[in-house]
Amino acid sequence: MRLQVIALLAAVALVSACSSSGDEAAMTENTGTQTQAVAPPPPPPAPAGPVAGSIEQFMQVAGDRVFFATDRSDLSDQAQAALDAQANWLAAFPAVVVTIEGHADERGTDDYNLALSARRAAAARDYLIAKGISASRIQTLAFGESRPVATGSNEAAWAQNRRAVTVLTGGYNS
Amino acid sequence: MKRVIAFSTILLLCVAALGAASPDARAEVRIDITRGNVEPLPIAIPEFFGLSAAESELGRNIADVIQNDLVNSGLFRAVDRAAFNQDSQSLAVRPRFESWRKIDAQALVSGKISVEQDGRVSVEFRLWDVFAAEHMLGRRYSADSNTWRRVAHVVADAIYKRITGEDGYFDSQIVYVAKSGPKDNRTYRLAIMDQDSANHRFLTDGSSIVEKPRFSPARKEIVYLDFFNNMRRVYLFNLETARRELLGSFDGMTFSPRFSPDGNRVVMTFEQNGNSEIYSMDLRTRQSSRLTNEPGIDTSPSFSPDGARVVFESDRGGVQQIYVMNADGSDVQRISFGDGHYATPVWSPRGDLIAFTKIHKGEFYIGVMRPDGTGERLLVNGYHNEGPTWSPNGRVLMFYRETRGDKGESYLYSIDITGYNERRISTPGYAADPAWSPLNR
Repeated sequence: MRLQVIALLAAVALVSACSSSGDEAAMTENTGTQTQAVAPPPPPPAPAGPVAGSIEQFMQVAGDRVFFATDRSDLSDQAQAALDAQANWLAAFPAVVVTIEGHADERGTDDYNLALSARRAAAARDYLIAKGISASRIQTLAFGESRPVATGSNEAAWAQNRRAVTVLTGGYNS
Repeated sequence: MKRVIAFSTILLLCVAALGAASPDARAEVRIDITRGNVEPLPIAIPEFFGLSAAESELGRNIADVIQNDLVNSGLFRAVDRAAFNQDSQSLAVRPRFESWRKIDAQALVSGKISVEQDGRVSVEFRLWDVFAAEHMLGRRYSADSNTWRRVAHVVADAIYKRITGEDGYFDSQIVYVAKSGPKDNRTYRLAIMDQDSANHRFLTDGSSIVEKPRFSPARKEIVYLDFFNNMRRVYLFNLETARRELLGSFDGMTFSPRFSPDGNRVVMTFEQNGNSEIYSMDLRTRQSSRLTNEPGIDTSPSFSPDGARVVFESDRGGVQQIYVMNADGSDVQRISFGDGHYATPVWSPRGDLIAFTKIHKGEFYIGVMRPDGTGERLLVNGYHNEGPTWSPNGRVLMFYRETRGDKGESYLYSIDITGYNERRISTPGYAADPAWSPLNR
């Protein structure tokens, strides 16, 4: 989990570095040799990355979804790490508001799946709130089993469908 | 003798008992429908006699609908009309029992149609015990000509009741969710049809996800879920005006609605912060009260026919099981204790059984148990069977079945509570969430 956070921070550093990489490169050259240099490694040639605060950047840096075990709504270590990344990104862009959509696989009854998917969305929301994201920025929506992303009838498909998806609904850059 | 009952104010269907040529004798033609795999009773249903071409066409259509109803019940077998040796006109005077005995018809229906000068249709029928050569039942109905299918269903219900001793279920409707499009982007529409799939029509246009329609006891309204304004909530839909009305002012998702037997209340589930609880709403005052208070998922409530108790499912014990409580939420008792998950309990209109969906080791079952949880019987199993609904007489269950795989085909099926006579119900496309109406009164 810690590794994930560090990776994310590095990614955020990378993002901020991109915008001023030219200046930094110039400064490094001007100061000449310095034996105790702790400067970060020079950024790789900057590709045309996603706009800061955009949906594309959110998807690249944090990812929009977490997955659940059958009939469960508790967050695995992997899911918590993914939500940590979402929380960090959302903290960096405080204008962004989101809706967390909860989903279930097809192997349950409809009413229960609606309730279960609501519980999953609430679990993700509560985690983000615990990580400092204001409750007023997060709505939840339960879809039950009505909107699968994988249409197969096998464990691989069901595992993709048991999900909570964080959808940016406002305040993001395009 | 001329007991004329105002059958329905809307349809202006009138019924009169017909005098018997001989007094109704002890019927030898009888079906015990509690017995399971009964040998279907051979019944001859000739075209009803009509003088004009229009009348005889109507007579043929009415006989067909009656025959279809009775045969679909699994309790009757239609004797082939090609084997008949008496024409409808002479039959309308008096059956020649000998010729019906020869083709092994045990029961015989004779009927007569006449179109009145005001356009109304008069339908007269008699039910005969062929081997005893006795009259069992006779009635005359008067109805608007465009309601002839209903008259046919009423006749079929009368025959069913006379022979089985139980109320029929043919003069009833099904509301369900019609589904179309790919599995990951379905279009959902409410649809309604007669129980024999006739008179099918869509109630909503497919612009929102709609689910779980349930009839009011008077059949004039349904409650259902509509995913409208970015929120799933329970709505009331008026079948006469097609108007939709939000039920309650809950700050969150509401679902799994069902009417009380007196039609004055709707029970439903309200989800808040991931916790689902059952509420009861008084339709007159619009006040709601909470019936459950547990951190688990409490949902799928259904009233007992006397309105005193509510059966529901809860995972408060770890997995979904069935519980019963008083209509005010007191005296909660768990009634299902088997392996697996028990869900979607529905109380029979007779009060004697609760139907449910059971999930066990990756299979979905439809089953029944007594209200105290004893006598569990599983009637159907397979990849995915869900959501039973009762016929008005509590003898047949309808449910929906989804197939495995990318298409996710979904259709309606019915099965007798004896576990026999499974039938696919015809719909124009994929179908789910059926609800059977009460009998029209």
